[in-house]
Amino acid sequence: MRRSVVDAGARLRSGDVTAVGLLDEALTQASLTESQIHAFLTIDHDGARESAERADADLDRGEDHGPLHGIPFALKDNMVTRGLETTAASQILSGYRPPYDATVVTRLRAAGAVIVGKTNLDEFAMGSSTENSAYGSSYNPWDITRVPGGSSGGSAASVSVGSALAALGSDTGGSIRQPASLCGVVGMKPTYGTVSRYGLIAFASSLDQIGPITTIVEDSAIVLTAIWGHDPLDATSYPGELPDPGARLHAGVDGLRVGVVKELSGDGYESEVEASVSEMVQRLSEAGAEIIEVSLPSFEYALSAYYLIAPAEASANLARFDGVRYGLRVEGETTEEMMAATRGQGFGPEPTRRILLGTYALSAGYYDAFYGQAQRVRSAIQEDFGRAYEQVEVLVSPTSPTVAFPAGARTADPLAMYLSDICTIPSNLSGHPAVSVPIGLDGGRLPIGFQVMAPALGETTMYQVAAEVERLGGFDESPVLEAVAS
Amino acid sequence: MPIDIDIEHVARLARLALTPEELDEYKTQLGVILEHAARVQALETGAAGESAHPLRLANRYREDETRPSLDRDEILAQAPDAEDGFFVTPPALEIV
Repeated sequence: MRRSVVDAGARLRSGDVTAVGLLDEALTQASLTESQIHAFLTIDHDGARESAERADADLDRGEDHGPLHGIPFALKDNMVTRGLETTAASQILSGYRPPYDATVVTRLRAAGAVIVGKTNLDEFAMGSSTENSAYGSSYNPWDITRVPGGSSGGSAASVSVGSALAALGSDTGGSIRQPASLCGVVGMKPTYGTVSRYGLIAFASSLDQIGPITTIVEDSAIVLTAIWGHDPLDATSYPGELPDPGARLHAGVDGLRVGVVKELSGDGYESEVEASVSEMVQRLSEAGAEIIEVSLPSFEYALSAYYLIAPAEASANLARFDGVRYGLRVEGETTEEMMAATRGQGFGPEPTRRILLGTYALSAGYYDAFYGQAQRVRSAIQEDFGRAYEQVEVLVSPTSPTVAFPAGARTADPLAMYLSDICTIPSNLSGHPAVSVPIGLDGGRLPIGFQVMAPALGETTMYQVAAEVERLGGFDESPVLEAVAS
Repeated sequence: MPIDIDIEHVARLARLALTPEELDEYKTQLGVILEHAARVQALETGAAGESAHPLRLANRYREDETRPSLDRDEILAQAPDAEDGFFVTPPALEIV
């Protein structure tokens, strides 16, 4: 039986366990697994224990803060935590102790969650394998010779082994959904603008979105409900009404129209992944869904547009790391020399590559051919989505064309690594919600993820279908780390 | 064909001090990535505008009122060098 927030909450309220007990269970899992998977950059033993003790005291007084009360939680280390080191896995932020909490952190604390620690990521969330961390790679709990995916690989791995019951990741091109898929957990990217980005160390501001990583779909909706909502501190935050995302988890799919995206299959997709996804589509059909194949021709250009837009925005966002206000400084004779030396030494290869790429794409003479055209492609993708959603309620596809790949397999070829995100990038360009649900294991016992996409603010229908996919798939396994098997 | 870029110029614009070997390697990699990215030019986008926010939010202004800011000392404590309430850097201008 997999651990879940719902199950832990029930045990907590029945008196079977305390919040301190839940924390101890999580820390025990961490102590058994960290040497092999390296999911965490920082474990906040003292802070977590204080929070758990407070959660128990509150509950004793009858103060119940809701479903996340006393739940051990992990945060990707690109979300700032007051006084707790936050590096975004970069040397350039080594030792940085933020003077404030991100809005999502404030909301989780108010909901009674116990923050266990900060998880590993690709430096500044740039990557698909968590191998770009300046503090060492993370590894996949299902096979420690393989990557956990990325960039939220530490968050996905920690939930997969139970060293946290839920975690937050951030998703710019698939960085929540792809590692969730590779680690056999549920990863969800909300509609752009619904979760505050205040305190999220920015990578590509028009694409970045924070979302939950959990073991089950119901937990995902619970976490989303706790973290989303308007925030005046984020100028792109959506001020309107939000739906109840978990309102139809048990409604089934009878009568729903489900679109299978023609462009997200074929060359480059592993046969076991395709077979598993097709089988799930068949089961959805048997459960009463109407299956319609849809074509979104502009998807062919999504990856190219993404690799212009995201680096362009990154080159502007990462300008703030200059050795003046925080983190690393490498001395120089003038301010400019100091800044260039600090940045040259402080950024690892992937941020450096993307800053250079973005700077070029925005520079005089190239703007319209690259960045401007990429933004027009983005509009074309949004229009294709719009036409598809006139025919269907949700779209489905694999989350990743492959299962977890071996560590080191794609590090020498940036373009091959970028192709890991081919199924997830369109939803970032459109700003729409999407979720990855584990549906089974391949012949090598590696998890396969199924992606459900929905139109803007369509989270309720998205989770409705995701919950049915979860029921039909019956996936209820946890990884076994052989070296620590007792 | 990979795109040829003036990598020294781009690195200078980006304030990145890199070795000649690093510059060579990035120049090659960026050429390959840009060749792939240049595919965007093949899509006939017609009248499509450039877009960013999917919910098409209009700009909104906050009330112009004072509110507490983060603590100055706590912020300056994170700086590599600070003095008398200021960040300290090497000279930015030459005094003649």
